[in-house]
Parts: sequence; C-alpha cells; structure tokens
Amino acid sequence: MDWVNAIIQGTLLGGLYALFAAGLSLIFGVMRLVNIAHGDLIVFSAYVCLTITTSLGIHPLVALVLVVPIMAAIGYGLQRGLLNKTLGTDILPPLLITFGLSVIIQNTLLQVYTADPQKLSAGDLEIASIKVGSLAVGMLPLLTFAIAVAVIASLQYMFYKTALGRALRAVSDNQEIAQLMGLDKRHIFGIAMALALAVTAVAGVLLGIRTSFDPSVGGGRLIFGFEAVIIGGLGNIWGTLAGGVILGVAQTIGAKIDPGWQILAGHIAFLVVLAVRPNGLFPRMSA
Amino acid sequence: MSDEFVTITNLDAHYGDFQALYGVDMHIDRGEVVAVIGANGAGKSTLLRSISGLMPNGSGQIKFKDADISGLRADEIAHLGLALVPEGRQLFPSLSVEENLIIGGRLQRPGPWNLESVYALFPILAERRNSPSTALSGGQQQMVAIGRALMANPDLIMFDEISLGLAPIVIGEIYSAIPDVIGQGVSAIIVEQDISKALSISSRVYCLQEGRVALEGNSDTITREAISQAYFGV
Amino acid sequence: MKNDNTVRFTPKNYVVTAVLLAIVTAALAAAPYWLGRADLRLAGEIMLYISLATLWNLLAGYAGLVSVGQQAYVGLGGYMLFAFTIFIGVPPILAIPIAGVIGALLAIPVAFLVFRLRGAYFAIGTWVIAEVFRLSFAQISALGGGSGTSIPASIVKSMAETRAARESLSYWLAFGLAAFIILFVYLYLRSSKGLALTAIRDNELAASSLGIDIWKTKFFTYVVSAALTSMVGALIFLQKLRISPDAAFSVNDWTAFVIFIVVIGGIGTIEGPIIGAIIFFALRETLADLGTGYLITLGVVAIIIMLKAPNGIWGILRDRFDISFFPLLYRVENQKQDR
Repeated sequence: MDWVNAIIQGTLLGGLYALFAAGLSLIFGVMRLVNIAHGDLIVFSAYVCLTITTSLGIHPLVALVLVVPIMAAIGYGLQRGLLNKTLGTDILPPLLITFGLSVIIQNTLLQVYTADPQKLSAGDLEIASIKVGSLAVGMLPLLTFAIAVAVIASLQYMFYKTALGRALRAVSDNQEIAQLMGLDKRHIFGIAMALALAVTAVAGVLLGIRTSFDPSVGGGRLIFGFEAVIIGGLGNIWGTLAGGVILGVAQTIGAKIDPGWQILAGHIAFLVVLAVRPNGLFPRMSA
Repeated sequence: MSDEFVTITNLDAHYGDFQALYGVDMHIDRGEVVAVIGANGAGKSTLLRSISGLMPNGSGQIKFKDADISGLRADEIAHLGLALVPEGRQLFPSLSVEENLIIGGRLQRPGPWNLESVYALFPILAERRNSPSTALSGGQQQMVAIGRALMANPDLIMFDEISLGLAPIVIGEIYSAIPDVIGQGVSAIIVEQDISKALSISSRVYCLQEGRVALEGNSDTITREAISQAYFGV
Repeated sequence: MKNDNTVRFTPKNYVVTAVLLAIVTAALAAAPYWLGRADLRLAGEIMLYISLATLWNLLAGYAGLVSVGQQAYVGLGGYMLFAFTIFIGVPPILAIPIAGVIGALLAIPVAFLVFRLRGAYFAIGTWVIAEVFRLSFAQISALGGGSGTSIPASIVKSMAETRAARESLSYWLAFGLAAFIILFVYLYLRSSKGLALTAIRDNELAASSLGIDIWKTKFFTYVVSAALTSMVGALIFLQKLRISPDAAFSVNDWTAFVIFIVVIGGIGTIEGPIIGAIIFFALRETLADLGTGYLITLGVVAIIIMLKAPNGIWGILRDRFDISFFPLLYRVENQKQDR
C-alpha cells in the first residue's frame, strides 16, 4: 500500500512539474527560445504572491487574481523590451541573456527578501485530505493536479481553437509569411511570453504553498520543467503533463527507497528516456 | 500622374554583401496587371520581397497609394492592402486549409473575398477545408496560397512564380482563374518564368537582368528579339 | 591573371606582439618573486578562471556547444584529486592528470546522452548531468557525503616543506596549466580539426557538405575540454583543501562567473577570456562590498555587452587597433596597394 501511495503522490506532484514545463514548452514552441531564467521567474512569482498575501492579508490562491496579470505584464514587457532583440538564427544571445537574467533575478530576490526560506500559508487547505480506501490523499496536491489539467486543457484549446492560437502557430511555422498576414511578430512573441509567465505565476504560487522556497531554488525548478518537457516530447502540450507525472512518480519512488535518492531518481528517469527515446515518449502529435 | 498606384524609384536591395537590385524604377497603374520576367537570380523575387517589406536593408523609395511604404515593416504594409502569393507557396503547415485562408483574412478589409467566394473559385478547397495544408497536392496548395492572399481583399496582389513545379494542366487551371482573381480596380504584379504566360495575362512587362531593369514595354507589342536580348544580355 | 594576394596567418605587427607576449609570460612566471602573498593568491585564482573561461569559450564560442554544466567536471576533478590522494596515496601533482583522464572517460558516455539535445536544450541537459554528479557524490559517505571532506595535513605537507614554497608551487601549477590550456586551444583551433570547428560554427550545413563529420568533431572537443576542466577542478580544490558537493558542483562559481568572463571579454576569441578574467577580478576587488549587488551589476553588464557589443571588450579593442595576440584569421593581403 505504501507503494501505491508513493505512485499517487508522485502523479499529483507531476501536476506541479507539468505547470513548470508548460510555460517553457509554450515559448519554445512559438519562438524557439529556451528561457534559462524560467525557474527563477517561478520563484519570483512565489515572492510576488508572498508580498501580496502579507500586505493585503488574503489567501494565496485568491492572490492569483493579482499575481497572474502582474506576471503576464512582466512577460510582455520582458519580451518586447529585451528578449525580442536577441532572437535570430544564433542561439547564443538568447541563451546567455536569459542566463544573465537568471542571475539578476536570483540576486535581486536575495537582496530584497534575504536567503531565509519563506512559505505561502494556505491555512486549512495545507492539511485537508480525503480518504480513498485506506489512503489519505491531500487536498492541496489534488487541487494542484486539477489546476494543472485545467491550465493545460485551456492552453490546448487556445492553441488549436482560437484566433490567437492560429496566429501563434502561424508565427511559429513561418515568421516572414506570418508578417505578410499583418501579424506583428514582436507583439505575438510578447503575448506568448505573457501567457507563459501567467502559467508560471500559477506554478509559483502552488509551489510556494506546497514547500518552502528561497531565492536559490529556481535552477532546480527549471530543470524539473525541462525534464518534463523532454520526457513528454517536444511540441506536445499534453505530453508535458505525462512527462511531469513520470518525473514525479520517479521521484517519489526514489524517495521511498532512500530519501537522498528522490531528486536523483528523477534525473535518472530523464536520462533513461533520453537514451532510449531521445524524442520523448510522446513526440509531436498534430491535434 | 494620379493613375499611378505603385511607384518605385531607385530601389536597391542587398543580401549581406551581395547586391540583388540596382536602382530599379517601376510604376503600376490602378487596375493594371504588370508582368516581371527575367532569368534565375535576376532579382524578381527580391523585388516582390522589397515591396512587401521583407527586405530590411534596401534603399530607394516605394510609394503605394500615395503613401511612402519604404521602411515600413511587412505587417504594416499588409494593413495597407498589399498581398503576396510567395514563391513555393509557403503555407502554414500546422494550420488546416481553412485556417490558412482565415488567417489570410484576419485584417478583415472590406471587399468581395471571403471563405465562400474563395471556395466558389476553387471548389476543391471546400472539400479539403479541414485537411492539414501539407496533405494537399502542389496545385491545391497553390490554390490555398492564392486564396489566402485574396482573403486580405488586397488592392495590390503579387504572384511569385505560381506555376513553378506544377503540371501544365494544373497551371492552365490556375491561370484561367487569374482574371477572376484580379477583379475591378485591383492591380497585380506577376513574376513568371514562362514568358508567353506572362505576356498573355499582363498589359505591360518589365524584364530584369542582374538586378537592373533591362526592358520595359507593352505586352502585346514587345518583340521576342527585344526580350531575349534583355533576358540574356546578348 | 597574376595573383597578387598572399594568404597568411600572421598579422602585420607580428614581431611587436611576439616580444610583448614573451615579456608578459616571463613576468608572470616570475610572479612569486615579485608579488606579495595575498596578491600571489589572487593571481593564481585569476589563472584558474582564465583556464575555465578559455575551455568554456572553446565549447560555446567555437564548437557551438553552450554548456551550463561544466561545473560537473570542475567538481569531478576536485573529488578525484581527493579520492586518489586520500585513499590510494597518489602524490597530489600526479593526481591532477589522473583527474583529467577520468574526466575524459566520464565525458564519453555523457556526450552520447547530451548530444541528443539540440541548441539551448543541450545547455540545460549539461546542467542535469552536473546535478546528477552533485547528488551522486553527496551519497558517497567515504568522501564525506553531503557535508564533504578535507585533505589531511600530511598530504599537503608532502608537496613542499614551507608554506611559502607550497604557495609558489600552487601558483606555478595554476600558471602552467593556464598557459598550457591557452596554447593547446590556440594550436587546436589552428589545426585542421579547429578549422573544421570554425566551419561548423559558421555554417553547419555547408560544413557537412564539405565532408566534415560534425558529430565527431564536436564530440572530440567536448571530451578534451572535459578532461582539461577536470584538471583545473583538481587544482582548484588542491588549493581550497576542502571539498563539498555544493561547493564542487556550484553552477554560480564554475559556470555563471565563467560565462560572464567570456561574454564580457569577448566570446569566440582567444584573448577574450583572458581580458574578461582580468576585468572580472578587477570588478570583484572594487565592488566586493556590494555583495549581491556585485552579481546583479555583472549580469546587467553581460546583457548589455551581449546586445550592444557581442564580440565583447576584446572585440572593441581589436576593431579599433587592429591587434591580435593569437592570430587565428587567415588574412588575405593584396601586395599591390593600388587595385
């Protein structure tokens, strides 16, 4: 029964990792940009939420109403003001600039909030659970997973059923021809980054409720998101959920064997997939 | 002249260190169909790319409906009512046939063209409306590319080698639709390798040679000798 | 038609730069005799960073392999030095090349894995590898597990009797390794393999049509730089005398700083990492009081340079004065001045 429990916990944890991955996957899909600062932006969102909850005294999930638009606005500004200038055939500038951004965000957070671990307090939600047979499943992990499914389903819908999604796919396919359709790619990229950081905001708040965080944990979140993307297969939105779940289950099973093995087991699962199925388990399927 | 619709003055264009156009002068009147011919590498596609706003480092002036469009971005120029059917069709592979058409009409300029009228022009596209654009034959893809440009209800439509790589019977089919395509008051520039096709459909013709205008004349009076001299520079 | 062009490697002011280079090298070799203890220590640290930056630049600036996981080899080298000296009793100086060999051996399977990732995803893949190394070494209790271990005093004493002698030796090792790495990278880039590398960087498609085996060339470059990075890592922790997983596999210390050094100095040039390291340490010595502000400044400077002057400080100097200490470009010179 312990093992079943570990698998359930891992699956639910995978929802959080899918949220880390979805934003990463979205911007890579639209503009072939890999944002090294992605993990730091997740942590940054958690700190934004912390400031809002402590100053307004509201629940962190309610604070999402503010955190999401704030992060989306930051994303749009970041893309228009900085990242658009780096996009081209050379992969070096965007990589190094987002790396610089990562260091800047980390140290700014350190300056403002110090290195002390923080946590978002969600009150009773943190300890609430429901009984399934002899197992107790936490409300928070369950809610996280449900939110992840909802976010990914909305992204999928937006991408394949709306005018915005059409524009995003057109720009992703062929930037020049998309411009001939009157699409300003600088704006479209801005929107894509805004969407990615809106998802990041949700991920950051859920992370902050689940565990304590400090300015240095961004790199690890980037890696988890990245692993979920690669395990799931590039260019597949639902794949990121599958990838997140596989990563989460690998980690909880690893932790079951030896607590020191939790993260390592996740990395090993990723490396095994990379060795056996380098295009991921669910490579791009057209919707 | 008030009838001048597009006026190009002293246009240069470069790809890095390579200069593709040298001081091109050209004009197109309202409702006129102009053909541009020339050998491979003469600068025909570059000319259309320059007019569309896809060549950033050019110099010279391009006026479209009395507005100076040189230096504008391609998406800004598109808003003014200019559409290109690009060489090699270049459909959006992750969009369906219908989505390719819809995105062509996303600026919602008023005019005769909409999904229904495009499907009436190319009925096969209505049957394949939900197919991915990559699943179509070359000729059908060319119809989508033309339909996508029409959906913008442009005032100037430019065709870049629309017969390239297609079977003769398909070319005939597509060219027979061109007079419908170029309706009242719409101007067109047709870049074509097939000289007789180009002459039959246009009222005037420009011949480019190594990035320069080597010949200009009326399509029905121009002589074969003059063309071959301008074409090959012999 | 008569060909008046000559193709040659060497720039016009070849003699001047050669003499200058010789003087600087001699002065640096003699540093223990004219520098104070604290300054000598700093000079040694600069040498180690020049080595790391030169190797990272070989990967990212020439081979197009942008790694953010070179700390994997720095830490591995450090741990191998500790393992071989403590458990097997190998003399420290001999343990350094052994660390290099082990770095190369481990880099081979790693390359097979991470080379499956392209471009920017390769970067994060290398980071995962470094994390795997860090977490694995944290599991080895013989090496102190998560809290790390120190080198016994007896091993340190075996290197040289007096502290001053040890410090001089330490500097010479760092200087020697830096000089060797710069020379190696320079000669490698001038060799046919190096030219292939540059061809790949400039145009991968064209290079493969010329018959260059892109995978093999990149693979070789990756493995060699892993070996040399491991040796630098061994030397770094021989000076620190203490190792822990977090220090050994720190992405900030061994990759972020190194990237900033190369970007500020000038990526894709031999001189860039050297200039960058000097600027980096000059900034560190003057801005140290700023604490985290120093790192923020560094990040901002690197971003501005990447946007405004992608060839870095060295690129600006080179364009302005037409100088080159390590000529890599073939120069076509027209002997007839009137064309």
